[in-house]
Amino acid sequence: MAQEDTNVIDQPEVMRHKMVTIEISGKKYEVPEGITVIKALWHTGQEVVRGAGCLGGFCGACATYYRTKDDPKVRTCLACQMAVEDGMSFTIMPPFPARKALYDIQSLKDPKQDLFNLYPEAPLCRNCNACTEACPQKIDVREGVWKAVFGDFKSVSEMFMDCVMCGMCTPVCIADIAPNLVALYVSRAQGAHFTEKPQGLDSRIKEIQDGRYNDEWKKVLGMNEQELADHCATVK
Amino acid sequence: MDIHALQQIVHQTRDARRKQTIPKFSPADRDQLIHQYHPDYRASAYRPIRFGPNANDKTVVELAALLEGDSSIPENLDVTPQYTTDVLVIGGGGAGCAAALHAHASGAKVILATKLRLGDSNSVMAQGGMQISVAPEDSPVTHFLDTLKGGHMQNDHELLKVMVEEGPSIAKWLIELGVLFDRQADGNLHVKKGGGSSKPRLLTCSDYTGLEIMRVLKDEVLNQKVPLLEFCAAVELLSDDNGHCSGAIFKDLDNQRHVIVAAKAVILATGGIGRLHIQGFPTSNHYGATGDGLCLSYRMGATLDHIDTFQYHPSGAVYPEQLIGALVTEGIRSEGGHLVNAKGERFVNELDTRDVVSSSIIRECEEGRGIRTMSGRVGVWLDTPLLDAEHGPGTVEKHFPAMMMQFERFGIDISKDPVLIYPTLHYQNGGVKIDANSETNVKNLFVAGEASGGLHGRNRLMGNSLLDLMVFGKRSGLTAATRAGSMKQGKLTLNHLQRFRAEAKKHGNSSGVISPMILPAYTRKEPERVVTT
Ligand SMILES: Cc1cc2nc3c(=O)[nH]c(=O)nc-3n(C[C@H](O)[C@H](O)[C@H](O)COP(=O)(O)OP(=O)(O)OC[C@H]3O[C@@H](n4cnc5c(N)ncnc54)[C@H](O)[C@@H]3O)c2cc1C
Ligand code: SF4
Ligand code: SF4
Ligand code: FES
Repeated sequence: MAQEDTNVIDQPEVMRHKMVTIEISGKKYEVPEGITVIKALWHTGQEVVRGAGCLGGFCGACATYYRTKDDPKVRTCLACQMAVEDGMSFTIMPPFPARKALYDIQSLKDPKQDLFNLYPEAPLCRNCNACTEACPQKIDVREGVWKAVFGDFKSVSEMFMDCVMCGMCTPVCIADIAPNLVALYVSRAQGAHFTEKPQGLDSRIKEIQDGRYNDEWKKVLGMNEQELADHCATVK
Repeated sequence: MDIHALQQIVHQTRDARRKQTIPKFSPADRDQLIHQYHPDYRASAYRPIRFGPNANDKTVVELAALLEGDSSIPENLDVTPQYTTDVLVIGGGGAGCAAALHAHASGAKVILATKLRLGDSNSVMAQGGMQISVAPEDSPVTHFLDTLKGGHMQNDHELLKVMVEEGPSIAKWLIELGVLFDRQADGNLHVKKGGGSSKPRLLTCSDYTGLEIMRVLKDEVLNQKVPLLEFCAAVELLSDDNGHCSGAIFKDLDNQRHVIVAAKAVILATGGIGRLHIQGFPTSNHYGATGDGLCLSYRMGATLDHIDTFQYHPSGAVYPEQLIGALVTEGIRSEGGHLVNAKGERFVNELDTRDVVSSSIIRECEEGRGIRTMSGRVGVWLDTPLLDAEHGPGTVEKHFPAMMMQFERFGIDISKDPVLIYPTLHYQNGGVKIDANSETNVKNLFVAGEASGGLHGRNRLMGNSLLDLMVFGKRSGLTAATRAGSMKQGKLTLNHLQRFRAEAKKHGNSSGVISPMILPAYTRKEPERVVTT
């Protein structure tokens, strides 16, 4: 309990409890500086149902548009991961009605070609880069769409590993592409069709099916509590 | 002093610490430590449940109140169903999606209902990985023994054997669906070593394991056109004349209306309880983790198991204030990151089980060797820059991109500066008791995933949850589908509720709260300060 006062971290937002003025969907409020955008919504008495999910920056439910003081640029963020500052203005983005192609990942014959049937708009990318600018996860979305079209599925799957499917790249696309859905298809195809089958996994499955561990199971499951505890202790 | 000054001790002591090895605690020391410092042993936080299937068992006061809580449903509610299905899955996390997909694949009519959007769950946040014994030096039996040891020997042996044995075929299923697990150069699955495990066994997708799995499963649920009820929270189950489960009542969060679903079998996959903030702990859990499935099953008469034990993940963020409670993945410790107190000393073997590591952090802080922030929070350092020092520059960025990004947003570069951490409420070790097919003692009521209990004993090993979800999600889905094929739809009644209320009355009425909670009450009720211009 006894702690020296030198063990103190300066956190201005906590020390001063400074209040800042922000604007939510056009209405001004005062909230403590430094709280997240979602907490600011709660602080101002607003129920959040749509617009909150994991609260950890992983689900993309809280896609939000914001602007900072005197800067005309409208930016994007995840509301659970963004701290408010004085003069900030924001609005949570409604879910965008993008079209998702339906497919059976297993029965695709030529996934690279199938991309053009499932998402015929993908090759129409006009290189405007709006999607990249919209992405709160800093993914080079435009590059990803190009690589998908050129069949470099491996790169796309690596680039979009951070994609939280917030959908912010979709409404800005002048070619009506939903880049995140294209990338998801590409990643799944990469995993299911263009990645080596792990040999070790297949042998392990076979070993289990063939009863390779049956004797060991019999021994372990036949032990009394003490024997089992002792046996566990020998596992290093 | 500011954070940068305090951090210096970590940089200054790094080289000396790298030469040190910290032995694991002996079983006796470990027990003593846990009894003294683990939150599960704070007697004042617990009380006996007054009535119901677990009457007189102890649990934390927050949960006891909800279990004894009253339903929001009047007994005379018209329960004419809007929807009828074979299998009703409640919850859209990993367990729910796996259950729905397998039930659907075996030909059953399925509805998946969930409180928020499909996929908004704890599952999507899993970073550390998924334990499956695939390495040549490993085996399902070793996985079993490690887990048993981690769970204080209290795990249900049957459930555990099923889980470790079905693990490899689950990995195969996920790969076939397109999940991109990390690979070795030879194409085999890359495995990492997790806390409390004797062999490297964690399958990972960078530090986005849960996100990658959930992106794929969600997409697959949509591809299979499984009917969805999103923003619908289950508020009561339905029971037939025999007390068997026959459907559920939802509250549509958009218009507050009730939605009644008749089902031959119900699978509850509603996840954990972090958002109850038991004992005042911050949590790593998602917005909807309010233990709804426990209350719903308990009122139906299902028995709960191990609900007096919870997992406090050793490393929740303490700074910056915006990230309080957020998880700092165990992967950092797996790769050699040190825990360091205010004096620059290590105090525990970082790869010991979570309960041991958490207890030791609490001990450091309670004995005054923690670092206190201005908001009054205390923590210890996690030496993240050590990973770059140990394995070469760029390691942190390459292996933990999600974490790098999380802290970067607040101007913190974790490859250069250590982070401050303290245990965060992370996982509900226990839950509704199930059999090997995921069924509860209430017939036709299945529970899968974190809402279920028994498998993990008194402490879950890192990475075992993702496997649990997939294995028991699958088993519940398959069993429910088969069951539904061979039976008639049961009557829709609220008889169980009548019974529960009568019992509550005998014990001096319910706890006075309405359960389930649905969403935590974070919205401030006082008039807000609106600024006029
Ligand atoms: C930050 C974090 C990191 C983790 N990392 C790992 C890891 O690396 N490895 C590992 O194995 N485990 C990890 N875990 C644990 C693991 O992720 C969870 O235990 C697991 O995902 C739980 O899955 P689930 O499907 O049971 O529940 P969830 O994924 O939480 O899903 C529950 C679903 O039920 C819905 N729901 C809840 N109540 C209702 C209701 N009343 N009506 C309708 N729907 C409802 C929710 O909205 C949600 O969709 C982690 C957990 C967290 C929080
Ligand atoms: S790629 Fe699109 S959906 Fe994915 S995170 Fe970026 S903006 Fe969101
Ligand atoms: S917004 Fe659309 S058109 Fe513009 S670069 Fe992105 S994908 Fe191409
Ligand atoms: S709530 Fe999930 S990303 Fe913000």
